[in-house]
Amino acid sequence: MTFWEIFLQQLFNGLLIGSFYGLVAIGYSMVYGIIKLLNFAHADIYMSGAFVGLITLSLFANTFVGNAWLGIVLSLLISMLLVGMLGVLIQRVAYRPMLKAPRLSILITALAVSMLLYNTVMLLTQGQYKPFRTGLTHDSFFVGPLRLTETRVVLLVAAIALMIILHLFITRTMYGKAMRAISLDRDTCQLMGINVFQIVAITFFVGSALAAAAGIMAGVYYGTVHFYMGFLIGLKAFTSAVIGGIGIIPGAMLGGLLLGLLESFSTQIPFVGTVWKDVFSFVFLILFLLFRPTGILGRAESERM
Amino acid sequence: MSEVVLELKNVETRYGQIYALRGINFQVKKGEIVALLGANGAGKSTTLKTISSLVPASAGQVLFMGQEITHEQPHSIVEMGVIHVPEGRMIFKELTVRENLELGSFTLKDNVERNRRMEKVFDKFPVLKERHKQMGGFLSGGEQQMLAIGRAMMTEPKVLMLDEPSMGLAPILVQTIMEIIRQINDEGTTVLLVEQNAKAALKMADRGYVLETGEIVMEGDASVLSQDESIVKAYLGE
Repeated sequence: MTFWEIFLQQLFNGLLIGSFYGLVAIGYSMVYGIIKLLNFAHADIYMSGAFVGLITLSLFANTFVGNAWLGIVLSLLISMLLVGMLGVLIQRVAYRPMLKAPRLSILITALAVSMLLYNTVMLLTQGQYKPFRTGLTHDSFFVGPLRLTETRVVLLVAAIALMIILHLFITRTMYGKAMRAISLDRDTCQLMGINVFQIVAITFFVGSALAAAAGIMAGVYYGTVHFYMGFLIGLKAFTSAVIGGIGIIPGAMLGGLLLGLLESFSTQIPFVGTVWKDVFSFVFLILFLLFRPTGILGRAESERM
Repeated sequence: MSEVVLELKNVETRYGQIYALRGINFQVKKGEIVALLGANGAGKSTTLKTISSLVPASAGQVLFMGQEITHEQPHSIVEMGVIHVPEGRMIFKELTVRENLELGSFTLKDNVERNRRMEKVFDKFPVLKERHKQMGGFLSGGEQQMLAIGRAMMTEPKVLMLDEPSMGLAPILVQTIMEIIRQINDEGTTVLLVEQNAKAALKMADRGYVLETGEIVMEGDASVLSQDESIVKAYLGE
């Protein structure tokens, strides 16, 4: 392969993985922005999304024979809705009563929710890897030097489409504007007649739905799901959110794509195997924390914990 | 006799064990401008925060048009038509002027009506129209105060509560802002004004209350208060 072939191939891979990171990172960032909580359970919401997708997909398995994509899209939408509601439920039951408590209490609550989710799924699946059967073919085709499969192209397009929809939501709708305003100044938002709890619930819905979408996409991409699948991507997505500037939604997308590209290109460094790609990610995180702790799009703030 | 829009009955507010308001009583009647005067820490801002429910009252009642609103959520109180422009303007510095105004009308679902109100605000504050695409943080102090008032007017409130609108502004701007407040009042909005600048406040107010360490120590017509020797001494800096 020539340099350009490798370059383009890695560029595509990096964007695809990066868009998964980005979709999950958005949830971390949105929740941090609005209630200053690092939602440890977010990675498990992603994992739950993959499993809800698996269930809904198997329900449609016999309904859409011959058109696998229709089944996947339908299962994606239903799962996003269900997992979004799960996110709202978690927020209502676990986090809302803790909002006035010291910051550490709500953080510990988030850890507990995380454990609850992944242990539940572990019990239900007996810790087994579950095949994610989609009925899609994995025939590859070439665009110039780039070797692609239909699946990978559709996944990338879908991920980017979701990010664009989210961006329109936060910049064009009143709810999106209220979300940004709350992350700037919560008390004043109340004086504008904004029901803060309602906006927090919407934030959890959107973040969880996007994580579910990413979970299903990962299922489609890797062909298998597992109760622990959220762990590493959770760390990576959190890294993306920090790199982009936590609390800033476009930053999360940017950080995700950047991290995906970094990992993908790091596999091409001579004498360094692909097993080292996680090391690159976290070194990158450490460098950011050292030299630009506010992230790419973040601005220095006097009060931040 | 015009009707009472806002009434506080024996309202107490505490921060932890510390009393900020020790049972205050006052009324604001329809169409009035009422000034709330007092030194730093007297409880003026707390009074407004208690009415808007940002800080819950620990005892007593807040009534709006005869209906108790003491334990309502802040956003419901805004929906009823009582709006609070907080001290220090508190505009959203990282959102545009237009977005700030839009958020002022968050409770409104109708976009046509939202744009109509925005045009009204732009008529009153042409400078906001010129700068509608800029971030709120780029405005000058006076412009930020105009934005804060404009944002409040987006709800078309029945009662407008202003906390220190003249704070940190040059004297000429204080005059402009006071003129705007009077205009808003002339158009039918009742105004409750908290001011350290007692002179400016009493000049346009109908009535005034003087707070001292959480209690109302004096009340009366603005013209009478501005003649009162002790007030002149304490707050007019003579």
